[in-house]
Amino acid sequence: GNAQAQTVGGTVRDAETGETLPFVNVLIKGTAKGTTTGMDGNYSIDIQSSEDILVFSFIGYDAKEIQVGNKSTIDVELQGNTKQLDEVVVVGYGTQKKSDLTGSVGSVVRDDFNAGQVTNPEELITGKVAGVQITPNGGSPGSGGKIRIRGGSSLNASNDPLIVIDGVPIDNSTVSGAANPLSFLNPNDIATFDILKDASATAIYGSRASNGVVLITTRKGKAGQQTRVNASSLVSLSRVNNTVDLLSADQFRTVVEEQASPSQQALVGDANTDWQDVIYQDAISYDNNVSVTGALKEVLPFRVSVGYLNQDGILRTDNLERTSASLNLNPSFFDDRLHVNFNVKGVLTKSRFANQDAIGAAAAFDPTKPVYDTDGLGGFCEWTNDNGTPQTLAPRNPLGLLMQKNDQGEVKRSIGNLQLNYDLPFVDGLKANLNLGYDITSSEGDIVIPSSSAAGFNEGGSIDHYEQSKENFLVDFYFNYARDFKSAGSINATAGYSFQDFLTINPTFERVNEEGEVLEPAGIETRPQYRLISYFGRVNYNLNDKYLFTATVRADGSSRFNPDNRWGIFPSLAAAWRVSEENFLKANETLSDLKLRLGYGVTGQQDIGSYFPYLPRYVQSDDASRYILGDSYYTTLRPEGYDSDIKWEETTTYNIGIDYEFWNGKLYGTLDYYFKKTDDLLAEIPVPAGTNLTNRLFTNVGSIENKGVEFGINYNVVKNANLNWDIGANYTYNESTITSLSNVEEDAEGILVGGISGGTGNTIQVHTVGFQPNAFYVYEQVYDNEGNPIEDLYVDQNGDGLINAEDLIRNGYPNAKHFFGFNSSTRYKGWSLAFSLRGNIGNKAYNNVHSANAAYQSLRFPDYLNNMPVDVLRTNFQNYNLRSDYYLEDASFIRMQNLSLGYDFGKIFGSSVGLKANATVQNVFVITDYNGVSPEISPGVDNNTGGGIDNNFYPVPRIYSFGLNFSF
Amino acid sequence: CNDLDLEPYNEVTSIQVYEDFGNYKNVLAKLYGGLAVSGQQGPAGDPDISGLDEGASTYIRAYWKLQELPTDEAIIAWNDEGLPTLNTMQWSSDNGFVAAMYYRIFYQISLANEFIRETSDDKLAARGIVDADLETTRLYRAEARFLRALSYYHALDMFGNVPFVTEEDGVGAYFPEQTNRADLFAYVESELLDILPNLVDARQNEYARADKAAAWMLLAKLYLNAEVYIGEDRYTDAITYLNQVIGSGYSLEPNYNHLFLADNHLSEELIFPVAFDGVNTTSFGGTTFLVNAAVGGTMDREEFGIPGGWQGLRTRPEVVQLYPGTDGSPDARGLFHTEEQNLDIEDVAIFQDGYAVIKYKNVTREGQRGSSPGNDQVDTDFPLFRLADAYLMYAEAVLRGGSGGGEAQALAYINELRERAYGDASGNITAGQLNLDFILDERARELKWEGHRRTDLVRFGRFTSADYIWQWKGGTFEGNAVEDYRDLYPLPAADLTANPRLEQNEGY
Repeated sequence: GNAQAQTVGGTVRDAETGETLPFVNVLIKGTAKGTTTGMDGNYSIDIQSSEDILVFSFIGYDAKEIQVGNKSTIDVELQGNTKQLDEVVVVGYGTQKKSDLTGSVGSVVRDDFNAGQVTNPEELITGKVAGVQITPNGGSPGSGGKIRIRGGSSLNASNDPLIVIDGVPIDNSTVSGAANPLSFLNPNDIATFDILKDASATAIYGSRASNGVVLITTRKGKAGQQTRVNASSLVSLSRVNNTVDLLSADQFRTVVEEQASPSQQALVGDANTDWQDVIYQDAISYDNNVSVTGALKEVLPFRVSVGYLNQDGILRTDNLERTSASLNLNPSFFDDRLHVNFNVKGVLTKSRFANQDAIGAAAAFDPTKPVYDTDGLGGFCEWTNDNGTPQTLAPRNPLGLLMQKNDQGEVKRSIGNLQLNYDLPFVDGLKANLNLGYDITSSEGDIVIPSSSAAGFNEGGSIDHYEQSKENFLVDFYFNYARDFKSAGSINATAGYSFQDFLTINPTFERVNEEGEVLEPAGIETRPQYRLISYFGRVNYNLNDKYLFTATVRADGSSRFNPDNRWGIFPSLAAAWRVSEENFLKANETLSDLKLRLGYGVTGQQDIGSYFPYLPRYVQSDDASRYILGDSYYTTLRPEGYDSDIKWEETTTYNIGIDYEFWNGKLYGTLDYYFKKTDDLLAEIPVPAGTNLTNRLFTNVGSIENKGVEFGINYNVVKNANLNWDIGANYTYNESTITSLSNVEEDAEGILVGGISGGTGNTIQVHTVGFQPNAFYVYEQVYDNEGNPIEDLYVDQNGDGLINAEDLIRNGYPNAKHFFGFNSSTRYKGWSLAFSLRGNIGNKAYNNVHSANAAYQSLRFPDYLNNMPVDVLRTNFQNYNLRSDYYLEDASFIRMQNLSLGYDFGKIFGSSVGLKANATVQNVFVITDYNGVSPEISPGVDNNTGGGIDNNFYPVPRIYSFGLNFSF
Repeated sequence: CNDLDLEPYNEVTSIQVYEDFGNYKNVLAKLYGGLAVSGQQGPAGDPDISGLDEGASTYIRAYWKLQELPTDEAIIAWNDEGLPTLNTMQWSSDNGFVAAMYYRIFYQISLANEFIRETSDDKLAARGIVDADLETTRLYRAEARFLRALSYYHALDMFGNVPFVTEEDGVGAYFPEQTNRADLFAYVESELLDILPNLVDARQNEYARADKAAAWMLLAKLYLNAEVYIGEDRYTDAITYLNQVIGSGYSLEPNYNHLFLADNHLSEELIFPVAFDGVNTTSFGGTTFLVNAAVGGTMDREEFGIPGGWQGLRTRPEVVQLYPGTDGSPDARGLFHTEEQNLDIEDVAIFQDGYAVIKYKNVTREGQRGSSPGNDQVDTDFPLFRLADAYLMYAEAVLRGGSGGGEAQALAYINELRERAYGDASGNITAGQLNLDFILDERARELKWEGHRRTDLVRFGRFTSADYIWQWKGGTFEGNAVEDYRDLYPLPAADLTANPRLEQNEGY
């Protein structure tokens, strides 16, 4: 009887200022019908029934629902939601209100994510959180970034944080056929990042928590929500914006004339080829996403999404194609007593990996040669011997390298979990939670090099196939008990059990040539596996919202260690005092929140690469590493080095912090000081010769310390109906020191690390006690009056008249001690403008492109010529001077990460479809004194490289993108 | 869900390995293979020792570099850190190539210790290994002790005062004691004498396995150098064992150049080779290094059976001048590539400076390319001990006053070598020409690039001294003497840090 069409109208205002609000969405709940308020804040909408409910929503304000009834005028006041203290933060095995936190946790929600072409999840939060440094791994699609939280706490074990997606800790190890293990998660499906930084927050993850924990929560539907469809499409253009400064063809001809012998001069050609121009391209990518969110019959909230990304790299032939799908269901049953959260994500990536050797080849290949040569190998101009065979030491045609290597990988990965949270009927406040999860990956790929190419010529081509599968399973079960004892405080306790098994299967295949001859026999199949079993508990105690205490403990067992060392106990304690709740501040309207936090915790590190480091075991050789005894080749059995006493690394962290908020959230932030000390450091060190079955062993030796300060501040500059402007800044100081590296002498030189190119086995860094890890280890260059380096003249540090290893100095580090981020986000009516800047101060980079190429020695090869960086004209070096600190440069920088302009058209096409458009530029500019391609070089896959070594780095492109977002 | 006891896949625990006699030969193969390859994946990828370039830290490649690069016989162009100072005798204790040899030596020793420990009679009895299997295992054990003695001999020769570990010491964290040359000499001697009865008779064992002749040869080397090692004259002992070697039925390979080809395993001259194969035994060390690194400039890759050269190794003019010609005539051993090469080495880093040596090749005597399909892995075996060396050692021991041999016999042996080299008697020498200086030169002519030169020069007092200089000795083009202490290499700095019981060799 209430079905009665009518028109309702009114004005929407800001509850605090009373100003009218334009662009507010007004929707009839459960339908797709709606409108938006006009510039005067007025709206008008036709409804079908007096039982209809209007939903008023607007960015930055709490949504409001009002049943129409028989009213024809409904004026609404919306409350701004700047107050961030009520936000809920995901912590391990549960959630907490931000105001109740005792640990150091950084959160980034969807609205604050970086815009533009974001292929990997971590790129969403680059530069957003104090203490979290994300360094790009390069410009290849999907290569993503390296995440470091408060510096690394280890030398040789992993320094990657633990990543937990919807409660499932994922296997973050390399996946064959994918550029980065995180590239399987579509950033569009992510709702929030919560980053646990100090041990009082992370210790609940015990032996995997030393490098911090990144908790990723994906987007969900909500009960009672109307069905909404969101479709977005983004098209991007990537362009190389920095290349190596090389001699031009004309400069090269001049240099050859001046420096090379007559027979070498005869090798010069008459073409003018800019090889970097040849290998790089303007690359287009498309990223399309559709999601449907809602609640089936109001009780089965769901979200389904599908995404398709096709991204070309700026290096020709580089491509990533990703199809992803996700489903989330989170219904409740039995009067809300049973909450179910079900997630399934599936992704298929197809990558073609460009041959990155082309980057180095483009820096070295003779610019006086043409790209193509009809008589050349595969149609490309190559350096050949008189008989037409390729010269094995000469650089290869850069474009030939790209076009003649087909390296394709395909990865299928699915991650999912079913979480049941049941409010137990007999004890008030007691819940049981069961979480069953899996993470399965299957990948395969082929690398084909044709026999017509210079690279494949001698072997008759090469066909290499690989496969890999990973199967990880998780079972968590815990109880949670929450009870408020009023004046005696409230308690929230969790206790549980966790099991996780990680299995990787690496089958092997032979590498053959085009005629089917075996070039490399199939290796030995490996199946690395490890298992973690854990018991954990946490108690939060809150007294009068003033005094907060948290204690956690985790007992972790890992299959990686000998049964006697297998179990580790990782406790933490934290307290917080909400000073602003005390009477003397409670009435203070300026300082609306002030909290002091104090935390202590012990965490571990079991991700040491090896799976059975404690066990005396024998490894079989492959067929290419056999030995003949008599007439037969025997596969050999090798005893492996082992340390039967190997155990966890233990990191003890102390953290003291302040959370502050002024004027009800207009200004807020955090300040933290931390001190971390890792003992029983797992490092690969030389063992006394003769005592083990190897020369270097992974063992618990030494200590490393990290201390730092983090500061975060957010300020709402202006907020009114038409204009909102937020700025945020974060700053981190982090300093690491190796305090011990062996059981004996401490004044030793240290362990040489940081492999560089230019000869084999050369290094440029050292781990030494008393210094930061990866100190650059160099000779101090002597300069002439004009400031140019004098070849072979170094400072004789010890004054013994000789220049030898004793004159090497530790001169700077690849890791910046200072890094910062700055964000600004402005909205004016329908327009929005945001940008983010970030930078490092005090880091150094070693320009290996210059050191290994920029000397006239490059012209001394009898049968071919190498191009050189322009730098050679300054140094006039005859030979490569790899250890000169001339090549060590200050790599401090400021980068504009992101600049984004958006417009919200509101409802278009009648009043059912919302449209937003945005244009973004990523990697807008970099301000730096560094002369190479990028001042920021990530440590790569192998920790030993330490980062900061610029060796044919894949440039991170500038990306221009334009996107449309439809919702209805 | 409470089981943390996982088992490795495709790997076996030490207990499982030794339960099955069928595995023993595979472990023995590793002891021999440790001289050739870099690890369990060929040619590279799963190294035995780490922290150093995988190919450069293989046994024969490291051994060869320390024995040849500081001498007149060889020089290398590359600027890998530490390599240029080998050319110029200016190495220090952090030299990576010195460390590579040292750690390879101790890797072999540790591996042998493990095998010897696990195949003690007690343990074999407990595992029920009896009868023929028991006898075979005892033979393997004797060969493992030979290989350990070989590596300790290299330690004695190159490092002198090294940590000392045997099968009595387990695997774990401890600091081995340092031994000295006298004790180590006695140990190597006693080990070899002790295992001799258990080894297979000369030329009766399987190819590439050690027999009595290999042990005799090693004993003879120990005795020939005893004055250097322990200040004692043991030339008579050297002759005793050289007579045994020479009397065992080996014969000189008729064509000198065939000794260094892809099918040199066919030669009757080899006493103990380190075997390589382009398909089955691959690495970036050993003869793969020796063939590839020696090719560059205008040399014909086809002739060497490889796709391209690494443009590294040449020889110095002093060695070229030991031969009557440079094109293999009249002395077949004097074969150099001189086209577009300079005799003098003005720039060490340039392959064109210095004549290139034509010796090791990856082609068979029929001119067939080696077995690997197209890549640069070679089939050539490395002749660690061969009969010609025994002849030269015999002659030297006789000239140095050892008894049990005679000068006439010595002259006959030397002229056998010269007849092979010259193709006829035209190069033969007279008794009057046979003296120690001639022996040193003849050893260079016959054995150059086979890893003997440093030891020879030390024995003759000419390695460091001003008595004999060559281009770039001591770091100058003309050459100059270096400090006496460089007759021994330093212990690597890394081991001095790891083991506080070690003292550095004098001078370093």
